[in-house]
Amino acid sequence: MFLRWFLYFVLILFALYFIFPLYVMIVTSLKTMEEIRQGTLLTWPSGLNFDSWAVAWGGRGYGAGDTFLKPYFWNSIKMVVPAVFFSTFIGAMTGYVLTKWRFKGDQWVFLFLLFGCFIPFQAILLPMARTLGVLGISNSVIGLVLVHTVYGIPFTTLFFRNYYISVPTELVKAARIDGAGFFKIFFKILLPISAPIIVVTVIWQFTQIWNDFLFGSTFSFGEAAPIQVALNNMVLSSTSVKEYNVDMASAIIAGVPTLIVYVLAGKYFIRGLTSGAVKG
Amino acid sequence: MFKWLEKNLPKIVMAPAVGLIGWFVYGFVLWTLYISFTNSKILPKYELWGVGQYVKLWGSRKWLIAVDNLLIFTALFLIFCVVIGIILAIFLDQKIRAEGVLRTIYLYPMALSFIVTGTAWKWILNPTLGIQKMFIDWGFENFTFDWLVNREMAIYTIVIAGVWQSAGFVMALFLAGLRSVEDEIVKAAKIDGANLFTVYWKILLPMMRPVFFTSFVILVHISIKSYDLIVALTQGGPGISTTMPALYMTQTAFHKSQVGLSAASAMMMFMAVAAVIIPYLYSELRRENAR
Repeated sequence: MFLRWFLYFVLILFALYFIFPLYVMIVTSLKTMEEIRQGTLLTWPSGLNFDSWAVAWGGRGYGAGDTFLKPYFWNSIKMVVPAVFFSTFIGAMTGYVLTKWRFKGDQWVFLFLLFGCFIPFQAILLPMARTLGVLGISNSVIGLVLVHTVYGIPFTTLFFRNYYISVPTELVKAARIDGAGFFKIFFKILLPISAPIIVVTVIWQFTQIWNDFLFGSTFSFGEAAPIQVALNNMVLSSTSVKEYNVDMASAIIAGVPTLIVYVLAGKYFIRGLTSGAVKG
Repeated sequence: MFKWLEKNLPKIVMAPAVGLIGWFVYGFVLWTLYISFTNSKILPKYELWGVGQYVKLWGSRKWLIAVDNLLIFTALFLIFCVVIGIILAIFLDQKIRAEGVLRTIYLYPMALSFIVTGTAWKWILNPTLGIQKMFIDWGFENFTFDWLVNREMAIYTIVIAGVWQSAGFVMALFLAGLRSVEDEIVKAAKIDGANLFTVYWKILLPMMRPVFFTSFVILVHISIKSYDLIVALTQGGPGISTTMPALYMTQTAFHKSQVGLSAASAMMMFMAVAAVIIPYLYSELRRENAR
C-alpha cells in the first residue's frame, strides 16, 4: 500500500515538473507587466487579460520596429503545407518501389537514403546557402520548401518502406497477373490501406518543419522568415522594457499548432517519434 | 521504347528521391569536405590549402570550449534522460490509474520547438523575476539562482531544459520495450520468489539492451546537433561560455565569414555523428536480416 502511494507521489511530482513551464507560460501571458513584477511565477493572474496575445499576434499598430507574429505564422503555413505534401508523396512512392518492385541492390539504395536521416545539417548548410543563391530563391518561402522537402525524404521513405514491407506481396503479385500496372497497383491496392502511415508521416513532417529553426534562420531573414525565427527575433530584440507577457504569448502562439496536433493525434505522433526520431 | 519505359518505371519513379539525396546530402557533404581543405574566407576558394583549417580549429579557444561543453552536456543529458525515462516507464508500468494522461504530460515537450521551450525556460530561470524571486517571496531570503547569467553554471541551464524536453521520449521508448516482454517471464520469476525490484533489476532491464542502445544513439545525436535551444536560452553566453559545436559552425560561417574554418568544424561534427550512427545502422540492419 505504501508502495502504491510512493509510486503515485513520484509520478505526480514529475508530472508537475513537466507541466510547470507550460503553466508559467500561460499565466504569464495573461498578466500585466505590473502583476508580473508584483507576484511570482506561480501567481494566478487577476483576470483573463488577452492584451499581450493581441500584441504578439497583431502588434501595437505603430510603424517601424513593431514586430508581431501574424505574417510569419502565414509564412510557416505556406512553407509547411507544400513541403509536407511533396516529401510525403515522394516518400510513399519510394517506399512502394523499395518494397513491392524489389530489384538487385535495393537494400543498398535504402541504406543510401536512410543515411540522410542522420547527417548533421551543419555539413550541408554552406553549399545549400550557395545553391539557393544560384537558384535565386534564397530568403524565400520557396527556398525553404525545397530544403524541407529534400531533407524530409529520408524520413518519409523510412516510414513508408517499413509500413509497406509488412503488406503481403502476394496482393501485388496477384494484381500484376491480372494486368494491373505500376500506378494502378499503388492507387488501388496500397494507397487505400495507407491511411495510418500517411497520418504518422504527415504529423512527423509537420512537427519537424513547423519547429525547425536552423534552416529557417540560416536561409531566411526579414519578411520571409518562418515563425520560429520571428519568435526568436521578437524575444531577443529588447529595444525598450522587456515584456515577458508578450514573449510568453508569442511562444504559445508559435507552439500551439504542434501542441494541438499532439493532443488530437498523440498515438500517431508517438509512433512517428519512436520509429523515426533521430533528427535533433 | 514503351516496353523499356514500362520495365523501368519503378526505377524512374524512385530516381527523384535518389537524385535529390545524392546531390543534396552526399554531394554537399563532399563539397563541405573539400572546402574544409581550402583557405576560403567570405567566398569559397577552390585551391587546396591542406589541413590548415583543422590545425586552426583545434588551436581555437572557442572551439575547445565548444567541445568541452558538448562533452559535459552530452554526459549529463544522457544520464538524466535515461534515469528519469526508466523510472517513469517502470512506475507507469505498474497498472497506474490515469496512465494515458500522465504519459501525455511527460511527452508533450517533444511536440514543441526548442525555441518555444527555450523562451519559456529563459523567463523561468531569469534571476530578477523568475524562480529566484519566487523563492525569495516565499521567505527564503538568501536564495540565489543565477545560473543563466553565471559563466560557470550557464551550461547546466541548457541541461535542465534539454532533459525536460527529451526525458519523456526515453520514457516512451522504455515503456514500449517493457510492454513487449512476455508476461510469462515476469510471472515465472515471481513464482520463483523474486520480488518486483529483482524482476526489474535482474531480468527486465538487462533485456532492454536494444532500447538502451537506441536511446543512447538518439540522445547523443540530439546533443551533437544542439543549436536551437542554445540560441533561445543563452546565445552561447555569458561571453562564449555556452558555445557548442553547432553554434560555433554557424557563427564562424555567417558572422565571421570564415567559410573554410566553419566547414572544418562541420566535418568534425559529421565525423562524430558518423562514429555513433554507422555501428547503429550496421547492427539494425543485421537484426533485420536475421529476422
